[in-house]
Amino acid sequence: MLILDCPYCGVSAEETELSAGGEAHVTREGPGSADDAFESYLFMRENPQGVHFERWRHSHGCGKWFHAARCTRTLEVFGTYSAQTTEPPQGIRDAISQKRPGWSWRDLA
Amino acid sequence: MSELLTSPAQALGGARFDGLVCVEEAPLQGMITLRGDFASPGFANVVSSAAATDMPGQREVRGTQDKALMWMSPDELALLCPYAEAAPMAAKLADMLAGSHALVANVSDARAHFLLKGPGLRDVIAKLAPVDMAPGAMPPGTLRRTRFAQVAAGIWMQDDATAQIFCFRSVAQYMFDLLSTAAAPESAVGHF
Repeated sequence: MLILDCPYCGVSAEETELSAGGEAHVTREGPGSADDAFESYLFMRENPQGVHFERWRHSHGCGKWFHAARCTRTLEVFGTYSAQTTEPPQGIRDAISQKRPGWSWRDLA
Repeated sequence: MSELLTSPAQALGGARFDGLVCVEEAPLQGMITLRGDFASPGFANVVSSAAATDMPGQREVRGTQDKALMWMSPDELALLCPYAEAAPMAAKLADMLAGSHALVANVSDARAHFLLKGPGLRDVIAKLAPVDMAPGAMPPGTLRRTRFAQVAAGIWMQDDATAQIFCFRSVAQYMFDLLSTAAAPESAVGHF
């Protein structure tokens, strides 16, 4: 079972109290963007076995969106962080590097 | 559930069940949803003076059933007040907060409230909600928004033997049935 700490209300929320919001840090390509960029925004997603970044919503709690970094293989959670960011904060990256040296995800490492 | 009532009434007419704990639909309760920037002195002053209490901290409830402020999220509070005062109070608050980025909504008729009384209430709630009900994790004065089986709900631990549970009025019967089932006399767990 997945348990994530909501960074907004401080609750350790169990999976059924949350709604999954898909992959994190996807750039929303709008009108006028290149076809390739728009296609990858619509269709291309990571499907890693290991470190992954996701969006979650505390839907049965405070209602806020947040980000989570976790391992898809072990369900280990490296940390959760604010939704108001376009990339994982350094603290989260350091926490992952400590436990999964040499990790990479998209263009992050 | 559609209802046509000529005067305000509780969703279940004050239904009551006695088991491991006493489950009772609370009398009509005024509840006003407030959203705004807690850090703005304008918002905080208006709201805390209306409720006659300090601003609650994270997941806290300040005040009594008659007048309380509940921390619902980093930008949302719920103000409890007597039912008849809710409409004028909401109008007054909306007036005082006019011009600032804030929302005031009287949701009294959109909620159902239940009171759980008895020392076994932590066990009863733990059967239904994915919440750590240990006294250290849910001390009196705490508010927790969560789900009870399939519906959203909030828990206010008033003291170790009293909790107020609120949910959407449309699911009041479901909530009462859930709570009554979890409080069935033969179903004691005795964990807490």
